[in-house]
Amino acid sequence: MRDVAVVAFAQSHHVRREQARNEVEMVMPVLHQVKTELGIDQSQIDFTCSGSTDYLAGSAFSFVMTLDGVGASPPISESHVEMDAAWALYEAWVKIQTGAADTALVYGYGKSSPGALRDVLSRQLDPYYLGPLWPDSVALAALQARACLDGGVTTVEEMAEIAARSRRAAADNPFAQLQGSDDPAVLLKEAEIAAPLRRHDCPPITDGAAAIVLAAGDRARELTDAPAWIRGIDHRIEAHSLGVRDLTTSPSTALAAARSGVADAPVELAELHAPFTHQEVIVRTALGLGGDVTVNPSGGPLAANPLIAGGLIRIGEAARRVSSGEAGRAVAHATSGPCLQQNLVCVLEGERGH
Amino acid sequence: MSDLVLPEALRGVEPVRSIRTPARLEYTFTAGQATSRFLRGISRKKILGERCGVCGKVILPPRGSCPNDGVPTSEQVELPDRGIVTTFCVVNVKFSGSAMELPYVCATVVPDGSDMGLFGMVQEIPFDQIRMGMRVEAVWVDDDDLTHDLASIKWWRPTGEPDADYESYREHV
Repeated sequence: MRDVAVVAFAQSHHVRREQARNEVEMVMPVLHQVKTELGIDQSQIDFTCSGSTDYLAGSAFSFVMTLDGVGASPPISESHVEMDAAWALYEAWVKIQTGAADTALVYGYGKSSPGALRDVLSRQLDPYYLGPLWPDSVALAALQARACLDGGVTTVEEMAEIAARSRRAAADNPFAQLQGSDDPAVLLKEAEIAAPLRRHDCPPITDGAAAIVLAAGDRARELTDAPAWIRGIDHRIEAHSLGVRDLTTSPSTALAAARSGVADAPVELAELHAPFTHQEVIVRTALGLGGDVTVNPSGGPLAANPLIAGGLIRIGEAARRVSSGEAGRAVAHATSGPCLQQNLVCVLEGERGH
Repeated sequence: MSDLVLPEALRGVEPVRSIRTPARLEYTFTAGQATSRFLRGISRKKILGERCGVCGKVILPPRGSCPNDGVPTSEQVELPDRGIVTTFCVVNVKFSGSAMELPYVCATVVPDGSDMGLFGMVQEIPFDQIRMGMRVEAVWVDDDDLTHDLASIKWWRPTGEPDADYESYREHV
């Protein structure tokens, strides 16, 4: 296996509604930022891979428009996933493993504001049984939360603590959309919006973008003094039908964690892509993280949840803290699909001997 | 079909061959900063391209970046509402919502000074006389009907000037 590292990361200032800028205008600054930081231009990027979805943009082939922000002439080697950009990063990592590339630019963006997000997300359900019922994304998460409460996986008190801890942590994150929180006891006095979920249990609706540059071996060391090495990465998917899954567990996360070697050494920090409070408990358990692991110091998706970029941002936030020396070994997790259907786990470490 | 055993009540019942599940989603687009500048110009009968500071090309309609260089366009350029037909097709099929009489011609028109073309229709000339290199000018809708929309240009019509030399537009073909 080739050693591959995250060498640069940038994200937008996440907002509820990006009213002035279109997608390419929103993405371009983060693309420029990662390249400027490394002192390189597009000609030094061997492979470019993006994540986006036409269902958010409301137009066909919308990723082609944002390629206008990359600098794709002379023609570049490029690919795209209709998923969270963490999966674009996985594709880029594989491309580097094949030897076909030494560097890769990965980016993802999502503007959730143009459409009715809860309805838009229902379109990822099967078209025969669930899709025609238009179950909205918060209601589906609420079914999962109810199963977790009934199964003794978590409590509403723990969920409120997760919300408060996340949004208080986000006070130190200049890119976060929601910063600060009332005390959990105050949060629990609010009415339920989709029982048992209260407003604080749900992620904000967010427009935003992020970019990462990957590089292999010595190329990574040339580009930065502090590469965050990817020591393991794996992703797994569960059944499409919600009815056949045990929603209180995440076997796909557990398997991806085993395959990426999460338990091979102690984990100091984790950035988890758990948009709803109860999902953090499910993911933490599936990853086997102990109580001493710092979870979502960035505030996580409860503080800013730009769809498609959100999982990539978890990898970027974990890598940033590994590069700075804040953590020696970190785990990043990304999810896609309803109720944690697909999960990706990435283990990051600093330069060995540091 | 597999060997699935059906309950007695369903045996002999006509199988479901398809279902209809209508879906409709509404979106509110953000045109963006550059496209908004362009559309505001169109509503005042002005065609505003934007020049790339790296390659110098005039991007039309602007979307905020130069697609070649991936940088924001840096200079607004007012273009004349006349140019040349670089490519066209004759439409022989009626599409829903179109009131055009068949056959009609859709074309790419590159305004003088632009490096990219606008899509539009060519009228006021028999369809079989339209050709590459033909010089045309915009026919705008009445002033009261001008909007932030390319439909503000009804169509393009010949100016009667001599055709442009192929070399002058070969890059657009």
